[in-house]
Order: sequence, then C-alpha cells, then structure tokens
Amino acid sequence: MSPGKISEYIIESLIKLSGLIIVGFVILIFLFLFRDAVSLFGGYSPGAFLFGRNWLPISEPPQFGILPLLIGSVYVTAGAIIICVPLGVAAAMYIAEVAPKSLKHILKSLIEILASIPSVVLGFIGIVWLGPFLKNTFGLTTGMCGLTGSLLLAFMAMPTIISISEDALVSVPRTFKEAAYGLGATKWQMLWRVMLPSAASGIIAGIMLGIGRVIGETMVVMMVTGNAPVIPESILQPLRTLTATIAGEMGETVSGSEHYYALFAVGLALFIITFIINLIADISLQKARK
Amino acid sequence: MRLLQIPAVVLKISASMKLFTIIVILSLFLLAGCNVHIDPNQPMGMIRIKGSDTIVNAEQMVSEEFMKDYPQVFVAVTGGGSGVGIASLINKNCDIAGASREMSKKEINMAQKRGVNPFEIVVAYDGVAVIVNNNNPVDKLTIDELRKLFIGEITNWKELGGQDVPVVTLSREVSSGTHAYFKEQVIHLGNKLSKEEFSPKTLLLSSSQAIVEEVSNNPGAVGYLGMGYISDRTKPLALSKTGEEYYPPVMKNVLDGTYPLSRPLYFYTDNEPNGVIKLFVDYALSEKGQRAFEDSGFVPMRKNVARKN
Repeated sequence: MSPGKISEYIIESLIKLSGLIIVGFVILIFLFLFRDAVSLFGGYSPGAFLFGRNWLPISEPPQFGILPLLIGSVYVTAGAIIICVPLGVAAAMYIAEVAPKSLKHILKSLIEILASIPSVVLGFIGIVWLGPFLKNTFGLTTGMCGLTGSLLLAFMAMPTIISISEDALVSVPRTFKEAAYGLGATKWQMLWRVMLPSAASGIIAGIMLGIGRVIGETMVVMMVTGNAPVIPESILQPLRTLTATIAGEMGETVSGSEHYYALFAVGLALFIITFIINLIADISLQKARK
Repeated sequence: MRLLQIPAVVLKISASMKLFTIIVILSLFLLAGCNVHIDPNQPMGMIRIKGSDTIVNAEQMVSEEFMKDYPQVFVAVTGGGSGVGIASLINKNCDIAGASREMSKKEINMAQKRGVNPFEIVVAYDGVAVIVNNNNPVDKLTIDELRKLFIGEITNWKELGGQDVPVVTLSREVSSGTHAYFKEQVIHLGNKLSKEEFSPKTLLLSSSQAIVEEVSNNPGAVGYLGMGYISDRTKPLALSKTGEEYYPPVMKNVLDGTYPLSRPLYFYTDNEPNGVIKLFVDYALSEKGQRAFEDSGFVPMRKNVARKN
C-alpha cells in the first residue's frame, strides 16, 4: 500500500471509532440511568411515581410523585417555545434576506455574544431585575414564576434557532428566489411562500435543537422559577421543573438511598422526553426532505 | 442543507512541533511552581469541608486565617446545605461536614454501614431568623402564627394585622439543615409524629442569599435563614413561644435561650479528628476561630463542648 492509502485508512478508522464511541456513550448513559432508576420501583410503585401529585422526598414516608414536576417542565418549555420560535425565525428571515450587509454582520456577532452568556448570569438578572419587573407589571404575588423562567430560556434558545435557521435560509438556491421574483412576487411573498418552505427542514432542526436546550436547562429555572412542587394553574405561578429537582437535591442524597434512585428515575423521565422530541424532529426532517 | 461545515483538517508538522515545544515549556514552569520550599516539620495536607450554607461564610473566614498560619495546609470550603455535607461525609467525599442540624438516626445508620463513624462537634450557636420586607408593618409573631403562615392556613397579611397583601412563603431547598430544623421546630412544633408539611405553594430557593433578594423585593414575602444573613435590607421578626413575651433574634437572646429558634451548629468528622483535621477543628474552637464565627453573626461558644454519638 502506498503511504497515502495507509494514512487514509488510519484516518478513516479513527473517524469510524469516534462515531462508535458516541453511540457507546449514549447506550451506556441510558443503561446507567435505567439501572439506578429501576431500583426505585422495587419499593415504590411506578404509577405513584408517574401520577403522584406530591413530591415530598424527605418526609416520612417519602412521596415521589413527579406529576407537578412534569407539568412544571412542560409549562416552562411551552412558554419559552411560544416566545422564541416566532421571534427567532423572524429574526433569521430578517438577517438572511432583509438586513443590509453591514447590519447583518453586527447582528450575527451580537447573536454569538448572546449565545455565550453563561446561564447563571441570566439567572441572576432574572432574580434581581426580571422577576420584580414581572411581579409589578402583572401584579403577581411573586416574580419567581414560570414566565420568568420561560422568558430567560427563550433568550437562551434564540441564538441556536436564529443561526441555524439563517443558515438554512441562506442555503436555499438562488434560482428559487429569482423564479419567485420573475413571477412577480413581492419580497414578503417570496420570503413567506418560497424561502420558508424550502428551508423548512433546517428551520425545524434549529427549533428542535433550541427546544432540547430549553428542556435540559437547569441553572436558570432553578434560580428564578421558585421551585414550589405544586401543580401550577398558570404560567404566572411558581413551579418546579424536573431538572431543577435533580440539581437541587442530588447533592444531599446518599448514594443507594431511595431518594437517590428517585432522582435517577426523574433523570430517566427527562431522558425519555428528550428522546421523543428528537425522534419527532427526525421524522419531521425526513418528511420535509421528501 | 448546510448545518455544519467540516473544515479540512490540515496539520502542518512545523505547527504541531511549535505547539509541542510550548507545552513542554509550560509544563516545566508548572513543575517549577510546585517546587517551592517545603518545611517537613510543618503540618501539611488538604482538608475538604462541605455542608451547611448557614455557616459556609464563617468556615471560609476561619479557613483563610488558618491557611495564613499554616501555609502548607490547603482548606477547600464548599456550601450546598447540611444534607449535602452529611451525604458527602458518608460517601467519603469530605473530611469535615458543616451542619446546621443534628445528623438523623437514618443517616448515622447509613454512615456506619459504610464504615464511617460520625463524630459530632458543636462549633457555635445560631438563631434561625424569620425575615419580612422592610415595608411590612408586622414585626412580631408567635410560633403558632408562623406555622400557620408556612402551612398555608394564613394566606393574607391582614389576618395578622398587616396590610392586605397575599403571603408568599419562602423556604430553603430540602438539602438545607435550616429547612429540616424549621420543619421540625415550627411546622411540626417539635412533635416527632407530626405529618404536617410545608404548604406546597412555598417557594424552595437554593440559597439564603436568594431568600434575602426575594424578601427585599416582595412586600408579601416571609422567609427564614441563619442569623448571619440578617441585614438592613430585610426586617427580622421578634418571636414568641407563648404569645406573652417576644424576643428578637439577637446574640443575647440566643445565648440565654429565650429566642425560640436557637440551635447549635455542628462539625461532623469521620471518627475523632486527628492530624491536620484536628488542627483545624481546634483552630475553629480557639479564640481566633470563634471570633470569625462571631463576626459572621453567630454566637460563639463560651465553653467548648464536644460530645460523641
């Protein structure tokens, strides 16, 4: 074999190995989570875990009902998506097609800066400024509520959605645009009816990645949502998410205790949720490609 | 679709050689840095302290003084809550666990199962202060009123003679020793068999500082924390067991036990401390160490008592 072929072979197998390692990691993480989570169900019924309305881990006897946490996570995530998806996609459309060139560069680097703000800093802003502001605006009893978390999370997911959607829009072939103009379309018609549908798969991928970030985010929600394990009636009430529960309580559990296994079960629930979201994203991507 | 562009990876030999040289030089510097003068007669080692958020600031002050006097001992202090400290003592992840509550029977059993023999040392006394917003006209409560606030029986301050503002109760996370203490003394009124719980609407905040922030911003908020966190941004309430005499959370009332929510603060070690750990514990109990606790707002001990479990 020539030296060129040998190095090619080495590089090829290294790349193959990296791919396999990632798959191995995912499987190992799942098995690890699964093993410890299942240990809980030796003494605690899965029905009481999934549909229990009380999360009281240090009471005697403890109660591990994740329904309030699950609903809390859903509220915060849904709120964040409603805020960040339209804003993010619109911003991407503006940057890709409307903005003048000089502004485009400034906007893009600003979005990168936005992406690099640590979540704990956003959480701090939420505690000292956004929370009190929302409290006074909506006349709430406390600013530590789901909406504060949703707003900050929307802020965090926005850069992902904007940059990936913008990428997808820019890579739509120029001929599509020209054809639309040639048929007499206005700029808005071209953007809405031609660009957006042809870039749909990329935009959906961006949105899904953004949602993934929102669901998994921990620090911000732990700092600003109040963490009250109650089933919230609206997004303007304090609530507790799955991630904040794990982060807030993992430190104090002795490994091997029931509480410890319960937190792993919460982690497993979270893992399954993100898995389903990714699956939906994949399926919709496949469909959009066809 | 162009999601990710994979740039062609081109490694130039000269560039990687340069990098290699830089790494070698850097690591030489690092090694040289480690090679400071070590006096074998001086105590040296590392102490990991974890646990109660209530005393973490005091621990930090003591350890800074301690490291000045013993430069070859490195002390790492982390907070997180008493439960965190005790759990890491049991998991053998720390040398000293700071705690604002006693270890429970369950925890001691668990520790012994893992070959850890917890040794309890009282390092200072503390009062659990109940704080409200500076604009809240209420300035004293009985323990029973406090309990009704936190289990959700009283939902508006006007029921206590205050303004017409809904009550927002703030608690620490379940990992906090102050949470456990408050639950036992206020929610359960000291009755071990009580099954009463915090109102589920209670906000569980992850640090005492977060409680200070929320109380100072929210006229309806009420929270509890260690005396060390009292500041002029919030108003501490005078408390009473019986409703006859009310005592504010000040050092004198904690010392003579008239303040109803007084408690000792603990260090837990695995077995009786020895070596550098004993050095540190003795330092914390010495006059210098006790002054650090006093400066952080705690009540120093007049007599150093250590008892064993």
